[in-house]
This record gives sequence, structure tokens and C-alpha cells, in this order.
Amino acid sequence: MTHSTTSTPYAPELGKVAEPGSVPPAAGPRRPVLRRLGDWLSAVVFTVPALALFGLLVLVPMGYAFYVSFFDWGGFGSPTDVTGFGNYTRLFEDPVFLGDLWRGGLLIGFSIALQLPFALAMAVLLNQELRGRAVYRMLFFAPYILSEVITGVLFGMIFAPGDGLADRLLGAVGLDGLGGEWFAGRDTVLPTLFLVMTWKYFGFHMMLYLAGLQGIPAELYEAARIDGAGTWQRFRHITLPLLAPTLRISAFLSVIFSIQLFDLVWVITTGGPDHASETMAISMVQYGFKRYQMGYASAISVVMFLISLVFALAYQRFVLRRDTEGALTTMRANR
Amino acid sequence: MSGATGVPKSLVRRRRLRTLPVYVVLWVVGVFMVTPLLYTLVSGFKSTDQLSSNPFGLPSPWVTSNYTSLLGSGAFWRSVGSSTVIAVGATLLTVATAALAAFALARFAFRGRELVFTLFTMGLMFPFAVAILPLFILLRTFGLLDNPWGVILPEAAFGLPVTIIILRGFFREIPGELEEAATLDGCSRFGFFWRILLPLARPALGTVSVLAIVSSWNQFLLPLLVFSEPTWWTIPVGIQQFQGQYASDVARIFAYLVLAMAPALAFYAVAERQLIGGITLGATKG
Repeated sequence: MTHSTTSTPYAPELGKVAEPGSVPPAAGPRRPVLRRLGDWLSAVVFTVPALALFGLLVLVPMGYAFYVSFFDWGGFGSPTDVTGFGNYTRLFEDPVFLGDLWRGGLLIGFSIALQLPFALAMAVLLNQELRGRAVYRMLFFAPYILSEVITGVLFGMIFAPGDGLADRLLGAVGLDGLGGEWFAGRDTVLPTLFLVMTWKYFGFHMMLYLAGLQGIPAELYEAARIDGAGTWQRFRHITLPLLAPTLRISAFLSVIFSIQLFDLVWVITTGGPDHASETMAISMVQYGFKRYQMGYASAISVVMFLISLVFALAYQRFVLRRDTEGALTTMRANR
Repeated sequence: MSGATGVPKSLVRRRRLRTLPVYVVLWVVGVFMVTPLLYTLVSGFKSTDQLSSNPFGLPSPWVTSNYTSLLGSGAFWRSVGSSTVIAVGATLLTVATAALAAFALARFAFRGRELVFTLFTMGLMFPFAVAILPLFILLRTFGLLDNPWGVILPEAAFGLPVTIIILRGFFREIPGELEEAATLDGCSRFGFFWRILLPLARPALGTVSVLAIVSSWNQFLLPLLVFSEPTWWTIPVGIQQFQGQYASDVARIFAYLVLAMAPALAFYAVAERQLIGGITLGATKG
């Protein structure tokens, strides 16, 4: 890894030496050191604004949440009542929290197995020359830019039991028995929620894929066609491998979004009925801001973060690894 | 080669027949996507009585009072204004700081580079909800409650990870030869960044800006907690308050939803080209 990354920035150095008169011979051996120092300094200058913003408003609050999670704290004054790991052991006896884990897993499974393949299928369809494809692209992506609050309020009314659009439509075609509960039923709330999530989020992944697809040279497909490769073979042996980095990022984002799902559920059900749609983030806000158990709520947020972190590190280590190497090595690996 | 000179009619017909299922699929998905939006738009023109007696049909008569009363109220326009100010501020701040950092992280070799990058990617795992309590306390300490900066700064900070990851990816794709050439012509590091990399990455900047604007525009929990007074309520906060206030008047809520969607959809209609065209960086390597 270090080999390929260091070689690029030093390439200009070689070119510069070749330029007559620009480098005094005496300074020859010392230049790389100076150059490296200069690089380091400019790197610092360039990254400091982002790091300061990020550190103060993201890392410090997170650190504080970690600290507070070892206290029994109502959220007022400073925390004094130390409980050690009490909040954490309580988590794993809390049926609501264990249910959060299970429901989170379900949503991730749904997303990877249904939503992303669906998004990929739509991206591949819309990557062809089709009449009106710009309109379809625009329409499929549009819900992503609507706020969760708008989406939540809207679908709350559409799936209102009895007089919402969904039940009216089912009634009109004689399928009254299918609807009825939607967000109000313990067994129907998650599937309904997943439907809404697909409506809202698949367009985002589709756009990522479309962007990736545009980066695949058309000549590859032409060459494959000349060699007699069919549609499926072209998809399997050109599209999939060359789109793989995009697919990996998209799956990663999807998992993280699922773990952190909050706004949409909060607006529609606030986790109900009877915790049936509660997510980790919902539990945390419920405990923190409704029951004033800030220490326990912080423990939930820490666990939530740790789950995301472990997942992300494992994912980067084993799945994204090739993507973070230099472009040349990636090309070589793919060939 | 044979197809370019003249396409036989039978071939055209066969091709059209082959693409028919594609159109059917797209049409079905399109109906699924557009129905909730159209239903909302039309329902806003009905009275609540009409909604229950005539849920599918066009309104008769068309009721415009839902829309006009909202458009005549200062509260709605104030929400639009504060959402705009906050979104623009947060986006400028995120993109400017992220572009600099992404440049260093993409094209400099320095010790700790991967560590810094990992730190930022870890930020993807900090949703607002997780940090919201300590963040709230921090903002209170700095006196930033009921102040637009109290929302702009955290939004910019939380927007950094995605922006940096995307921009770094784009910056890396720009070939090293280009930087060599620029250096040969006497370009400094910053000069290369400012005069060559940023213009080349304009589509990418468009993409991340659109993402940042959208995520700020849609942010809900943070403005809800930071703004206790209606002065700075953003649109999502406004909708939620409105829904609580007019829970029984469903048609009015539909009208509010339409008006709340309109700026976002209009913005998207304008910025769409940039978003999609943004990813043609592959062409630069040719």
C-alpha cells in the first residue's frame, strides 16, 4: 500500500530534476527532506479546518456521551452517580434493546437482499438508450431529496387504517382483507416501513450505480458483444466487476443508515406499536429525552457506535481494502 | 459497423419488441413512485370532507383556500427563509473545509494520512441522534441555542465525512501526470488544487454540494432541539408543529406538504443535471 501511494507524489520530483537550471546541484540531496517537510506542513494546513470542526462538534460530544454512559444521570447538573458498567449490563437484559438489535438486523437484511438489487436493476435499465429515461431517473431519485418528516407525515396519512389511500385502493379492487393495519399492526409495521424506506432511498443507490456505470468504457461492451457475449454475460463479467467498488460503498452506506435509522420512524410511529418498529436510535432518544435516563441512553448510543465501528473496520479491512489502494493496483487486481 | 450505415426496419421493430418489457417495468415502478406525490398534490386542492367522500377523483370543486391561507401566512415563508440560510451556510462550510482536507488526503503522502482519513470515515457512524445530548449541552455552553450557527456548525461538521470520502475518491482519479505537468509549469501545491483540481472536480463539487444542501434542508432533530422559538424553525420542524396543530384538517396538511416539497423538488429540477453529469470523471482519464 505505502509503495504505490508514495510513488505518485514523488513523480513530479523526477520531472523537476530533468528541467535545466531549476535545481541547484548543491541542494540535490537535501531537497527531498525539505520537500517532505513542506508536504507535511501543507497537509496539516489543509486538514486543520476540517479536523477542528469535526473534533469539536463530533468527537468531543461523542467522548462526552462515552463518559456519561458510566453514570446514572438524569441530564441536569453534572453527573456524579457512578454505576460503572451498570448501564451496559442492563442493556443486555433489556428486551426492548435486544429487540432493537433483531429489528436492525431484519432491516439490513431486507436492504441488502431486496432494496440494493432493485436499485441496481433500475440503474442498469436506465443506463440504456431509452425514451424518457431522464424523466424516470429524476422521478426515482426525487423521494430521496424529500425530508424524512415530509415522507413520514405523507405515508402516515396514506397508510392510515381505514380511510388512507392504501386501504381505499385495496378496497376498490376488492382486497380489503390485505390492508387494515399497516403502521398500526405489530406484524405489519416493519414491512410497511420497509416499503416506505425503499420508496425513499433506493433512488440514492441507483444514482450511485448510474454514476459508476458511466465510468465503464462503452468499448468494453462493444468488444464483448463482438466476442459473442450475451446480455447476462456482459452484466456478469463487465458490469459487476467494474461496478464492484461502487456496490461495496453502497452496501456499506446502506448498513450504516439502517443501524442509525431514526427520523422516519420517529415521525411515523415513534417506535410503536408496542416497540414493534423501535430502532436503537429511537430507544436512545426515548430513554434520554422522555424518561431522563441520560446515562442509560448514552450507553445505548455508545453500543450503537461500537456496532457501527466494528462493522466498518471489518468491512474496510476485508471488503473495501482493494478500493483504498492506488488506482493502478486496483486495475491490476481486477484484470 | 454494419448498424451504423443503415438499420433495417425489421431490426428496429425487433429491438422495440425487446425493450417493451423494460418499459413496462419502468412504468410500473414509476407509478409506484409518483402516486404518493400526485395524491398529495391533488388532495391539497380538496376539502377534508371531499377527501373522505371522493378519495381518488379530481377535486370538485377545486379548493384553493388550503394553499392560499398557507402562502398568506408569515410562518411558512419564515420557515423557507431560515431553511435556506441554514442550508447555504452549512453547505459552504462543509464543502470548503472538506475539499481542502480531501485534497491533502488524496494526493499527499504524509505520516498519519490513513489515520486521519479513518477518523473522518468513522464520522459516518456518528448520527446526530447519538451525539445529540452532549451536542445540545455544548451548544448551550457556547450560547448557540436559538442561533442559526447552533445548527449550521454541527450540520457542517457532521457533513464532513461523506463529503471528504466522495471528494477524495474524485481527486484520486485525476491522473498524476496532470500534477506533474502543472508542477513543471511552476504550479504550487495550492495552485494545482485551486486552478486545476477544483475546476476539474466541479461536477464532484456539485454532487457533494447538492448532497449537503439536501441533508441540511431535511435535518429535523437538531433544529427541533436548538430552536425553541418559532423565529428560526426550519421547514421540517414547521411541518411537525403544523401537523400537531391541525391534526383533524387532513387536506390542509396535504397542502402544507406540497408547499414544503416544492422548494426541494424545484431545487432538484435545477441541480439534477449537475448531479448526474457529475460523475463523468471517467472521461478525463481517456
